[in-house]
Amino acid sequence: MSTDVVPGVVAVVLVSLATLVIGTWGLRISRTTSDFFVASRTVRPRLNASAIGGEYLSAASFLGVAGLLLTFGAEMLWYPIGWTAGYLVLLVLVAAPLRRSGAYTLPDFAEARLGSRGVRKLCSVLVVGIGWLYLLPQFQGAGVTLRSTIGAPTWAGSLVVAVVVLASVSPGGMRSITFVQAFQYWLKLTALLVPVFVLLAVWLADGAADPTAAAPPSWSIPLASPGGGIGLYTTYSLIVATFLGTMGLPHVVVRFYTNPDGRAARRTTLAVLGLLGIFYVLPPVYAALGRIYAPELAGGRSDVLVLELPSLMVGGALGAVLTGLVTAGAFAAFLSTSSGLTIAVAGVLSQDVTGRRWGSFRLGGVAAFRVAAAIAVVVPLLLSLPAQDVGVARTVGLAFAVTASTFAPLLMLGIWWRGLTPAGAVAGLLVGGLGSGFAVAWTLATSPSDGWASAMLGQPAAWSVPASFLTMVVVSRLTRASVPAHAGRFMVRLHTPEAVELQR
Amino acid sequence: MSEQPPQRVRVTGPPRRRADVVRPVGTREIDAETALGEVFMRSLLREQLFLALRVLAALGLTLGMLPLLFHLFPSLGDERVGQMPLAWLLLGVLAYPWLVVLGWFYIRRAEDHERDFADLVGSVGSDEAPS
Repeated sequence: MSTDVVPGVVAVVLVSLATLVIGTWGLRISRTTSDFFVASRTVRPRLNASAIGGEYLSAASFLGVAGLLLTFGAEMLWYPIGWTAGYLVLLVLVAAPLRRSGAYTLPDFAEARLGSRGVRKLCSVLVVGIGWLYLLPQFQGAGVTLRSTIGAPTWAGSLVVAVVVLASVSPGGMRSITFVQAFQYWLKLTALLVPVFVLLAVWLADGAADPTAAAPPSWSIPLASPGGGIGLYTTYSLIVATFLGTMGLPHVVVRFYTNPDGRAARRTTLAVLGLLGIFYVLPPVYAALGRIYAPELAGGRSDVLVLELPSLMVGGALGAVLTGLVTAGAFAAFLSTSSGLTIAVAGVLSQDVTGRRWGSFRLGGVAAFRVAAAIAVVVPLLLSLPAQDVGVARTVGLAFAVTASTFAPLLMLGIWWRGLTPAGAVAGLLVGGLGSGFAVAWTLATSPSDGWASAMLGQPAAWSVPASFLTMVVVSRLTRASVPAHAGRFMVRLHTPEAVELQR
Repeated sequence: MSEQPPQRVRVTGPPRRRADVVRPVGTREIDAETALGEVFMRSLLREQLFLALRVLAALGLTLGMLPLLFHLFPSLGDERVGQMPLAWLLLGVLAYPWLVVLGWFYIRRAEDHERDFADLVGSVGSDEAPS
């Protein structure tokens, strides 16, 4: 331990404290079970958009994108574009109907639309599985960050994030976390934006060197390595996964139920598009400057580029302050995404597991939520402790492939096609979930290699998404006698504006 | 000091919802799931779905074509606008305002459709009951 760990320690302590204080403040106005799960559905578009942005910009966005861009160049620009364009797809196909469906969670939507307990249970399992797959890299990333900035053992960072998340989520639920998330969006934006101005000034003063001079030629070509047919496949598969995967992320979907109505849900989504666009312009600047000032990081420690670039380019007190700022932003990224995921997983667990009657014993709504939150955090925390070396952006990318192959077809067909049947939904979810799940397990368990098989398993969305869609449509046509009787009325509820007086 | 408290009076507001009799025929047709109500619903759904598909097509024909273009014409990788490589300018900067423009266009049109729908079911064959 020496003096250069001070900014990191101060930043982590301040962000954790601010999160807890804002969470406690929200507690004072969080009283009912409805406050807990959906903030009583009264969150206005601007606040809600900041909260969604804060929750969505995870460690993968804050640290991972700049690092990947530094190493691989323009091909990695598809990650931030896909993560933003996913909201456009969500806006045009899902946002307003999803809000008007009036359900709390994804399993609620599936049950309301299809009238089947079986579909509900399958969706619950998927939400919990995807939530844990997404929480795992957040905890691991926190460990890496604390090791890089203050030299703490890796388990310490994971533990700090888990404890703060649990402490801020359990007392106030969705209502208090909405303010925390909104605060964390603006913190993350500031933490990247302010250093950029200083770093660009230093770059200009140094003579504005050309970042591409030292980079390989592939750095300016937005196609996945190794190029050719495989590169084209991998690029388009990533586009499919990110464009469609966003709408099925449990922590994103749950936020849409907090809008007052369908119109507000649309406006919230548009605001999110703007906020994400502003944020994602910044990581490429770090990557370009990193090519000039920190090319050695491209070798394997690229994830710490954002954390170390300020101190490499600017020395002294200013460098220390900027380092503290980016550390604070990174920590906010872990906290906000983990909180959102914890809420989503706990929401499902408390409805389907901890809130049920166990023998003669039954927990109340809020108590069941708190127990569920503890389970939602502890399981991925324990999983993250033994394996500390899975790439953050890679695991998050795989989670997108799974949601794109399961919830995206369910939502799109459920909202726009009356003919969907419970059997069709179950078959499609199984095909998409098992297909992409197998690919994910294979990719995480083996070392990457060249060739088509490896490319198709490493980026499964381009085949698993069509397979899931096709299965849902074909099986639904085969079982068309079991189209739910209330499908027509449910369409009225999903698509008609609230201002029109109808029975819903 | 034995003043009587004032007589209690029940205070009521006007009814929140007009009685069913005066509701426009359009909404009644939809609620009763008649063939006419079905036509209303199908036309709303089709308009909104086609609008969504148009926006997605615009997205696919612009952003979605970029990998193919760079695959077919690898020399685009050497193109520069000012100091910036073309790919970085298109994907790192210009893509985001374009997404916002598409979203803004969608919201405007979608809300137009919903207003038209509300006018339609609110007026068709309405009994013009006094309000």
